[in-house]
Amino acid sequence: MPEDALSTPILRGEGGRVDEQFETVEQQQTTAVTGLWVFLGTEVMFFGGLFLAFLVYRLVYPQAFIEGTEHQNVLIGTINTIVITTSSLAMRLAVRAAQLGQRWRLRGFLVIAINLGVLFLVLKGVEYYQHYEESLIPGHAFKFPEPFAAQAQMYWILYFVATGLHGLHLLVGIGVLSVMFFFAMLDKFGPEYYTPVEVSANYWHFVDIVWTFLFPVLYLLRW
Amino acid sequence: MATIAQPVGQPIEQPGRFTHYLNSEYGIRSWLFTTDHKRIAWLYVITLTLAFGLGAIAAGLIRLALFTPQGDVVTAQGYDELFTMHGVIMVWLFLIPSIPATFGNFFLPIMLGARDLAFPRLNLLSWYIYVFGGAWVVAALVYGGVDTGWTFYTPYSTEYSHTNVVPTEMGIFIVGFSTILTALNFIVTTHRMRAPGLTWFRLPLFVWTIYATSLIMLLATPVLAIALLLLVIQRVWTVGIFDPSLGGDPLLFQHLFWFYSHPAVYIMILPAMGVVSEIIPSFTRRPVFGYKAVAISSFGLAIVGFLVWGHHMFTSGQSIYASMIFSVMSFLVAIFSAIKVFNWTFTFFRGSVWLQTPLLYALSFIGLFVMGGLTGLYLATLPLDVHLTDTYFVIAHFHYIMVGGTLSMYLGAMHYWWPKMTGRMYPELPAKLAALLLFAGFNLTFFPQYVLGALGMPRRYWSYDPVYQVWNVLSSAGATVLALGYILPFVYLLWSLKYGEKAGPNPWGSKGLEWQTSSPPPRFNFRATPVITQRPHTQ
Repeated sequence: MPEDALSTPILRGEGGRVDEQFETVEQQQTTAVTGLWVFLGTEVMFFGGLFLAFLVYRLVYPQAFIEGTEHQNVLIGTINTIVITTSSLAMRLAVRAAQLGQRWRLRGFLVIAINLGVLFLVLKGVEYYQHYEESLIPGHAFKFPEPFAAQAQMYWILYFVATGLHGLHLLVGIGVLSVMFFFAMLDKFGPEYYTPVEVSANYWHFVDIVWTFLFPVLYLLRW
Repeated sequence: MATIAQPVGQPIEQPGRFTHYLNSEYGIRSWLFTTDHKRIAWLYVITLTLAFGLGAIAAGLIRLALFTPQGDVVTAQGYDELFTMHGVIMVWLFLIPSIPATFGNFFLPIMLGARDLAFPRLNLLSWYIYVFGGAWVVAALVYGGVDTGWTFYTPYSTEYSHTNVVPTEMGIFIVGFSTILTALNFIVTTHRMRAPGLTWFRLPLFVWTIYATSLIMLLATPVLAIALLLLVIQRVWTVGIFDPSLGGDPLLFQHLFWFYSHPAVYIMILPAMGVVSEIIPSFTRRPVFGYKAVAISSFGLAIVGFLVWGHHMFTSGQSIYASMIFSVMSFLVAIFSAIKVFNWTFTFFRGSVWLQTPLLYALSFIGLFVMGGLTGLYLATLPLDVHLTDTYFVIAHFHYIMVGGTLSMYLGAMHYWWPKMTGRMYPELPAKLAALLLFAGFNLTFFPQYVLGALGMPRRYWSYDPVYQVWNVLSSAGATVLALGYILPFVYLLWSLKYGEKAGPNPWGSKGLEWQTSSPPPRFNFRATPVITQRPHTQ
């Protein structure tokens, strides 16, 4: 962009990585972090609407929802909870490594976080296949013992919408972390520049937290 | 008054050349790939004008069809598609982005003394998402049409509609991302990009309202997104999320929908109130009376706006106790609105009033908004609402707020800031004429609809009992006057781009920070970072 002499900003931060709208590096970093926190506000409301719908039908059809929950594979669900929480921990350690300038630890923790994310999706896929075999996919092929068929189908719709949207967020997260890994291989990050890693980590934790709410609500709530 | 800091290491001005954001770069690429918030604001102005034109054409056809009782112009199905098109386009493609995306985009950073928004590329992305989603919605509405009304109530939008419901909703879903990202940008910018000395209680009132609006956009839009998503899933997957025969609850959709769509009213009206709060001090030479009360009442409106959605559902079968609470909460809205109106009017007291076009628009806003607001109290009253629900009274009420309020102030803001944005003055005489036409035409169009509603004419009907014809003819006649009030500014504003007088930095003699820089502003808004020492518009 041709910057004419008059409009060139006069105050520039140290470090040379400051975008034109900022005064200092610190301002740029805190702004990026704030941006993600604000974005998570919108995400909370998005999943909040879904939880509300679930809550409404859970209260109206408690028995059918319990019957529905009993078809869940709690073992895989528990393993997945451990997997995604560990992944979150690895990501936080990756941020720490970036802040300390430990390049190999950063790369290693990113690889762990990404792979655990993929493992989560694979296990989720196994669960989906089991639901398919049990004819629990809502729609014309849905089979469930009467008298709860229609009401239990509601549980399964909301289950698939919730876990599907969560999986989509996880997929986006895996993409973001992969980009972080790519930049880590190019040694872009260090003690003076780690904001992207931190911001991605905060998003990753959010995806983890959504699951920590989904798991008890969808798998464990049986009374 | 805002003071400009003594320049440190300020580059020496090139003699004989005045550079600003419009002449620092040229060519179509410098617009389509710009990250300058001021240029992006112009991109929005152009696309919003297109959207408004489409919505207005639909409105014109509706008024034409209602000229006679038996519906001569269009078929019943065509009429349903027309009012849906009018509603969807006006709400999501014009009113929601209107003032925030244009004047908010242009003036928020300038009023904060910042060089740009916090995330300039995200800002450009928001515009592209808006254009993409908007084109999608318009395509769905024009090729095939939708007959559900803009509210997409189930089961009108599920079993009983075989039109483009799913594509339209997907388009609105996409446009929602644009709204959310713009809001995010504004919130972060207000928190992180303020000039030295610019504390929260020194912020211009326009910034307060844009901030409150952004909070609503950020927190309400995702709920609409999930509601629309569930509805799309119900249609595509043929399951019964909102279908009672399959155990679903149609009221749940209304709750989720209005949880967004009621706050959306404040997305539309708050920025308009912000513009009024800037125009009045500029043309009365006094800071707004009760600055803090006006600032905080914007937040009051934003918060209460989230707690009153049930007043759209008084007759839907929701619990009577819920309705009573929602009714009481709705009355609170009047308190916060009245705080603003009383403080605005009191600002005139001992002021030195200069009756230019922007002030005319602001005065017309106050009149129309008070009218729309007071009739809102009728509708918030439970027993009265049972009679008035789904009649033209409701139509008149919300058009007084959205057209009389938001659209008037969109034009008011356009006149007020036109000299700053373009560096040219608009011609004063036709502008005053247009403002008066708008006021007269608006009242002639919508006041008869109050009467129609009170007499019992239902909304969304293609034909009506001939006893209502007189009022409908009056309303249709008013619409033509109103149309003149829109076409006239369009013509003379375009004319003034080339032939208007040079404005100079501060034609209004205003104390607002945006008037302290040149017109048009330089690429990074100020030649040196301003330092703020006082409240806006104070001496």
